[in-house]
Amino acid sequence: MATVKPRVKVPKSASAGEVITIKTLISHPMESGQRKDKEGNPIPRKIINKFTCEFNGQTVFSCDLDPAVSANPYLEFTAKVNEAGTFKFAWVDDDGSVYTHEQEIALK
Amino acid sequence: MKKQYLVSVAAIAMAGALSTAAVAGGPVDEKLVIDGEIEMTTRTAPPEGHPLDELISGWHYRTVETRALETDSFENPGMLGVEDGEQIWNTVEGTEGKSCASCHGDAAESMKDVGAHFPKWDAESGRPINIELQINKCRTERMGAEAYKFDKGGQKPLTAYIKRQSLGTPVSIDLSQGDMQSWWEKGKEMYYTRTGQLNLSCATCHEDHNGQFIRADHLSQGQINGFPTYRLKQGALVSVHNRFRGCIRDTRAEMPAAFSDELMALEVYVTWRGTGLSVETPAVRQ
Repeated sequence: MATVKPRVKVPKSASAGEVITIKTLISHPMESGQRKDKEGNPIPRKIINKFTCEFNGQTVFSCDLDPAVSANPYLEFTAKVNEAGTFKFAWVDDDGSVYTHEQEIALK
Repeated sequence: MKKQYLVSVAAIAMAGALSTAAVAGGPVDEKLVIDGEIEMTTRTAPPEGHPLDELISGWHYRTVETRALETDSFENPGMLGVEDGEQIWNTVEGTEGKSCASCHGDAAESMKDVGAHFPKWDAESGRPINIELQINKCRTERMGAEAYKFDKGGQKPLTAYIKRQSLGTPVSIDLSQGDMQSWWEKGKEMYYTRTGQLNLSCATCHEDHNGQFIRADHLSQGQINGFPTYRLKQGALVSVHNRFRGCIRDTRAEMPAAFSDELMALEVYVTWRGTGLSVETPAVRQ
């Protein structure tokens, strides 16, 4: 699980006004910064500290994550879909990297 | 008079156990369907000569939340390991410049249902071979790569990836190959031999007392159709030989080495005990 890889599950289509469930998962060690290695040196913190989800430019869900969140954080939330468009997901790492993923949804 | 009283209490307890089976530790009466598509056989009639009346997958003994994790391959944390395995499948390693895919192509085709029929007889070494050892054989003989040490490197993810290609296929092994029957006998003897300071055999817990509590935990039949399994306790994939060793450690006995003759015999026998159950790899357990 060395590679960080985002995964997202969004329905392919929805009827206008429907509330859909979105599932996201990113493989990430979420090193808390509290642990020590074999020599007793602290292992530097490296976690995903922020997650956002936008739909056609508008934020539908976002949250801050803290060191107590376990490895491979899984987030599930709902969003109301009024039009066809694109969900954009972003995970912000402590080292400044941003992992992104996009998924389109059509209207039924 | 007193005896009669006891009988009626037992009857009430039984009725209670039936309606709240999950609380009582027994198997729940539900169906396992993965991704709303693949119906799994988690309860089945045993093969001839089997001591149990019905074979039940460990899935039935777990809590609602744990069971739900396995029904959706997106939520199943073990699938991260399976994805790692897919990467390894396509990665070239060793002096021959080959990956698994160089010879076997698309695992979805070439490995379909393969994992459901291991361990098999390996005539060259004159002993049964499981998926882990088969991978090592390929690595050393065909790829010119080093064999994986037990539970190290890509052993668990690659095994899980190969076994995942048999999802839903009933487990069955061929005991007529080579000397498999005598290894089965050896495994059976191990299964019923009490060992360790606690003087327990596999059968003590998993045959005589499955469905009951062991301290705060539910005892299952100890089926291995879902291995490598994602255990919430470890937060990682756990191999079958690791689990065997863990159980043996808990009886406070000396643990045989992974892939030793003892544990290979036990794997043959315990796999047979789950004949007919669907491969669930990676199953999710507590």
